[in-house]
Amino acid sequence: MSEPTVRIQKVRRDTLKIRLIVFGTLAALLLIGSIFSEHLTPYDPYLQDLMNTKAPPSAEHPFGTDRYGRDMLSRVIVGSRTSIFSTLLLVTIITVTGTVVGVFCGWHGKWTDTLLMRISDMFLAFPGLVFALAVAGVLGGGLHNAIIALAAISWPKYARIARSQTLAQKETAWMKAVKLSGSGTGKIILKHILPNIIGPILVTSMLDIGTMMMELAGLSFLGLGAKPPTAEWGSMMSDTRSLLATAPWVTLAPGVAIFVSVMIFNLLGDTVRDWADPKMRGR
Amino acid sequence: MRTYVVKRLIQLIPVLLGITFLSFAMMRIAGSDAITELYGDKGAVAQEIVDAKRAELGLDRPFLTQYVSWLGGLLTGDMGKSYVSGRDVFQTFVSKLPATLLLTALSILLTVIISIPLGVLAAVNHDRLIDYALRVLSFIGNSLPNFFVALLLMQLLAIRWKLLPVLSSGTGLKSAVMPTLTLAIAMSAKYMRQVRATVLEELNKEYVAGAKARGIRDRVILWRSVLKSSMLTIITLLALSVGSLLGGTAIIESIFMWDGVGKLAVDAITLRDYPIIQAYVVWMAVIYVLVNLITDLLYHALDPRIRLGVSRE
Repeated sequence: MSEPTVRIQKVRRDTLKIRLIVFGTLAALLLIGSIFSEHLTPYDPYLQDLMNTKAPPSAEHPFGTDRYGRDMLSRVIVGSRTSIFSTLLLVTIITVTGTVVGVFCGWHGKWTDTLLMRISDMFLAFPGLVFALAVAGVLGGGLHNAIIALAAISWPKYARIARSQTLAQKETAWMKAVKLSGSGTGKIILKHILPNIIGPILVTSMLDIGTMMMELAGLSFLGLGAKPPTAEWGSMMSDTRSLLATAPWVTLAPGVAIFVSVMIFNLLGDTVRDWADPKMRGR
Repeated sequence: MRTYVVKRLIQLIPVLLGITFLSFAMMRIAGSDAITELYGDKGAVAQEIVDAKRAELGLDRPFLTQYVSWLGGLLTGDMGKSYVSGRDVFQTFVSKLPATLLLTALSILLTVIISIPLGVLAAVNHDRLIDYALRVLSFIGNSLPNFFVALLLMQLLAIRWKLLPVLSSGTGLKSAVMPTLTLAIAMSAKYMRQVRATVLEELNKEYVAGAKARGIRDRVILWRSVLKSSMLTIITLLALSVGSLLGGTAIIESIFMWDGVGKLAVDAITLRDYPIIQAYVVWMAVIYVLVNLITDLLYHALDPRIRLGVSRE
């Protein structure tokens, strides 16, 4: 490797580090902000001001006010908790479920592996959102059911990754050494396999946060997720759709919030992926 | 070739069986059925009426019997009757399907028109300003939820500039503009990236350097060789995105009141009209798998390497 190449790589690594810090901080701010959202609102999000309804954005109300004169910025801030945390919960559920199933299949093999992998094939051979719609529709609306619906269709991807990674680990020479040293199955999986396969899985979950947030908001928008009075961005948008002609800021403000959050999580996800796999950079 | 097609069609069967069984099972587990929905808001209804309606719809039979009889009906084109309107589900679907297929086809067309030239442009100008600009654009497009794009377009094109009707009236081309645009924006953002990556990979192959060294003009290399061989991957990726498009049409159709199967399904979901939801899942699965099959066949027809590999078997 020639000297200039090494230097270019170092520069790239440095910009990557800066990106990681910047986007990581933004995401952390978003998370912390949503935890303390109730204390961060400039106005009471439920306080009606009937003298000042459907006011356009101004210095006083940056996102305007809705049909009851409630401050939209405060409402969007309060909605962040449900939107962001339900997304993170969903991603955690599919990551854990997928990983458990995948490691089990990869380690155990035999007929359970065949059965579970055929089931995951079935999900992968089918447009996911269509099925999520049907599941959410059948279970009835509600945030819990929307999370279940999306989890039901999203775990197979993780199971696939975890399974192939586990299989690859199983074949290594050092795994034989671990087995020979007399470790039990539980210890091998937790202490030796999991730490080695968790990288690619976590990168995938980071990349999925944005998509999941959009899909969850989409279900809520259709009335199949969070329902009023729970403040959630997707349902806030569908709730105020009739105001699109007279007070578009009321409908569009939560959309901007979704867009910005998804963007932050996508930027962070991309950066983490580049960090983990330099070959993928710039794709 | 024919055995291959038959093999692929047979592979479709377990997928469909599994999907229908799962959704059927869930509807039963969910507990509340169309009867509770039907009479739920009408106060106390005599148990006899409820039982009679239940028997009429066949909801009193054991689960497996219901599933098998539904499956049997499916094979003869009978998907039952809507719980709500009482109309034949199969007929309803066939009448609404063309609208959805039109919307899907238009969106794919627009996606191809937008993303292939831009993707190639970005790849050719790798790491230059235009490449960065297009990458940022595609990144933004990827982070926009489609219902947000829909409302944004509605606000700008229909309400502020009054160029188009707010909601679809029928399935004319004028009403198709906004839903098509919405679907194509999201798809193009994703697809442009893939086109760029594919062309970039092809451009980095050794034969390109060889052709350049022999003095062949860049434009000729790009059009005659690079694009020709990238096209295969590009077509496959396009077909793979049809799945997400089918899911997306449901939201977009109901926002723009586009009278297709997506809107039908969303309406059925709010009314718990199970036969329609069920039919929607089956139709989408069939369309999706058929699109993938056609892509595969196209791939075989276009790539002599694969074609020869198959005929050797």
